Amino acid sequence: MTPKRKQRLVIVLAILVGVSVAVGLALFALSQNINLFYSPTQIAQGEAPRDTRIRAGGMVVEGSVLRASDSLQVRFELTDYAETVPVEFTGILPDLFREGQGIVAQGSLDNQGVFQAVEVLAKHDENYMPPEVAEALQASGKMPQPEAEVFNK
Amino acid sequence: MIPELGEYSLILALCLSALLAVVPLVGATTGNRLWMSYARPLARAQFLFLGVSMACLVQAFLSDDFSVAYVAGNSNTALPYYYKFSAVWGGHEGSLLLWVLILGGWTWAVAAKSEDLPLDIVARVLSVMGMIGVGFILFTLLTSSPFERLLPNAPAEGGDLNPLLQDFGLIVHPPMLYMGYVGFSVAFAFAIAALLSGRLDAAWARWSRPWTVVAWAFLTLGIALGSWWAYYELGWGGWWFWDPVENASFMPWLIGTALVHSLIVTEKRGVFKSWTVLLAIFAFSLSLLGTFLVRSGVLTSVHAFATDPERGYFVLALLGISIGGSLLLYALRAGHVKSESSFSLLSRETMLLINNIVLVVVCLMVLLGTVYPLLMDALGLGKISVGPPYFNSLFIPLMSVMIVFLGLGTVARWKHTRAGQLVEKLWLPALLSLVTGVAVSFLAGESFNVAVALAVMLAAWVFFSQLRDIYAKLRSKSNPVAGLRALSRSYWAMQLAHIGVAVTIVGITMVSVYSDARDLRMAPGDSIGFGPYTFVYDGVREHKGPNYVSDKAQIRVMKDGTEYTRMHPEKRFYNARGNIMTEAAIDPGFTRDLYVAMGESLGDDAWAIRVQYKPYVRWIWLGGLLMTAGGLLAATDPRYRKQARREAQRAKAQSEINAEGTTA
Repeated sequence: MTPKRKQRLVIVLAILVGVSVAVGLALFALSQNINLFYSPTQIAQGEAPRDTRIRAGGMVVEGSVLRASDSLQVRFELTDYAETVPVEFTGILPDLFREGQGIVAQGSLDNQGVFQAVEVLAKHDENYMPPEVAEALQASGKMPQPEAEVFNK
Repeated sequence: MIPELGEYSLILALCLSALLAVVPLVGATTGNRLWMSYARPLARAQFLFLGVSMACLVQAFLSDDFSVAYVAGNSNTALPYYYKFSAVWGGHEGSLLLWVLILGGWTWAVAAKSEDLPLDIVARVLSVMGMIGVGFILFTLLTSSPFERLLPNAPAEGGDLNPLLQDFGLIVHPPMLYMGYVGFSVAFAFAIAALLSGRLDAAWARWSRPWTVVAWAFLTLGIALGSWWAYYELGWGGWWFWDPVENASFMPWLIGTALVHSLIVTEKRGVFKSWTVLLAIFAFSLSLLGTFLVRSGVLTSVHAFATDPERGYFVLALLGISIGGSLLLYALRAGHVKSESSFSLLSRETMLLINNIVLVVVCLMVLLGTVYPLLMDALGLGKISVGPPYFNSLFIPLMSVMIVFLGLGTVARWKHTRAGQLVEKLWLPALLSLVTGVAVSFLAGESFNVAVALAVMLAAWVFFSQLRDIYAKLRSKSNPVAGLRALSRSYWAMQLAHIGVAVTIVGITMVSVYSDARDLRMAPGDSIGFGPYTFVYDGVREHKGPNYVSDKAQIRVMKDGTEYTRMHPEKRFYNARGNIMTEAAIDPGFTRDLYVAMGESLGDDAWAIRVQYKPYVRWIWLGGLLMTAGGLLAATDPRYRKQARREAQRAKAQSEINAEGTTA
């Protein structure tokens, strides 16, 4: 091999090694950071894993929001109109968090079957429903009518 | 009447860009100089009619013409005039019109600023831009015209602009971002023109360099503005979320940064030519991909616009045609390109190659994290989301590697550098950054923090290696001041942009590690201590704005027992849509921000309040501004114009000789 070819080989090998290390790292990081979405029905039927970071979404049940008087702890229920899941959250809820509104919460299920949320997301648009929630509602056949026409327009 | 004029002139602009796409290109292929010379007037006329079209839409907004569906959906009589103006690009249709207007603007700028370039190159470049224009004007007209009427039942009042968008940040953020996105179309057009003409030499790199660097500067500014807007307007003090839409603008930036660097190597050394062309194609393709991700509604995001599958398919088709077509052309033409020089393993070329590889790899990582959930969903494998830890755990180590090579690349020489030379030049900067990193980490927090030490070391490494390079440039000069003056403008531009990188690193590190936030319930008279500051909550009163009412809290900030400032966070209720919005109060500072936002009312005048201390957060955007300034400074280097003129004369002389040869 000429020195020039040798040098090229070194560069090509370096790139190959670099790329495979990067791809390996990426896949590892990806596998550690994927948050699966579960609907209230799936959670109630025990399909969702415990103590693992997951996302849950649905409509906030009317009249279910309970606030602690001395702290920022909130408890509410999430439904897809087939099953409901209790959720606990400590902190400030987003502006569009309202009863009857579709939300997505990020957190994990504890041993009592309560979803301990670390983050609650609601979009800044009153007609918006998170696609996951819309799909979960359609799956349970409980998509609200006729508002459904307004959703995601 | 006026909206119809707008639609009509948009159709005219479409016809003109169709002519622009065909006539000069045919001229360039057949050697017909008359046809080639149509490129510039067509580009000017296209921009004129796009401008008229935009002016009509602006007029419809300012005059509250709610018979236009788009105006009715995004404006309101109670909206102040400057938000009526920015509401023009507050929705999908208008922002698309802004997109094509800016494309027309770039096309016009190339036509106006290219008098030194050979005519056939100008004709090809403008033709390619005309093709892009056809695609996007067609997209606007067919799927999302902003001029559609709501007749005969025009509403008396508009639906209002989303309150999140009623903000200074949104007046300036989208135009800057689009200037960057669309600006990469110029680099793309130059690359395609070079492939078409088969003249892939250092000259084309020199011609496209100023354009690319300007587009890159605007994109940098646009992203920095977007981050700043998210910080103060979304209400929770976050400045980057790895949100898919943020990623959509960040991916072209990463490739654009690689492109700006590889263009330097192509221009100065005549190597990496086909790689540079490929980067130019990718930078623009990722801009298109970003447009697709944002416009098609496949994303769940705070930024995503209304969903419409038809629009998604249209952009996807545009994406397929432009990426497929340009890569096919690349495959046919780029194989014959030969390097004009060689370089050894230890040289500036290699350092810049590493810069390019890292940036491309990082971009692929971001792409994977952004598109993976979409793919899984499309394949029916479940709904997932990829969290910020994925991005952070890859982005930070990879970029750290690149920063190390940034210092090495600045002092390394072209072609070949001895290892001893690098050590001799860089041992002191390395030592200084080691000391700085450790010292800052000890002084900034209560205890030593390894992450802070490493990150500050990297920032200091950039800073000191840049200084060392200036010193090396001056050492041989007898008069240092004259030596400083003699350094070229693009050299200072590089210094400025690299210092900007260091400043941003400091900002990101400090705010990520030393931020302090507390959510708490506050009744009037309650207080909370934060380092030297004490926040006292005085209560809430009602406040009336032009199109909203709000609960406005007063919080007195005490420092060492005396009153330091008063902060007034708000909870606004926008009448038209019934939206509730958090308006944070920020006390900005060079080394720290105080940030107070209101949560919800807890009854009896008590509110949930979030108080935050954000050290060095401004440095993140300050670094972005420095990078932008660097980019703009580089583009104005007079060297480009002089050299371009010289080359054009040579090319002209050459073509005249050829012409004489054929006639004789």
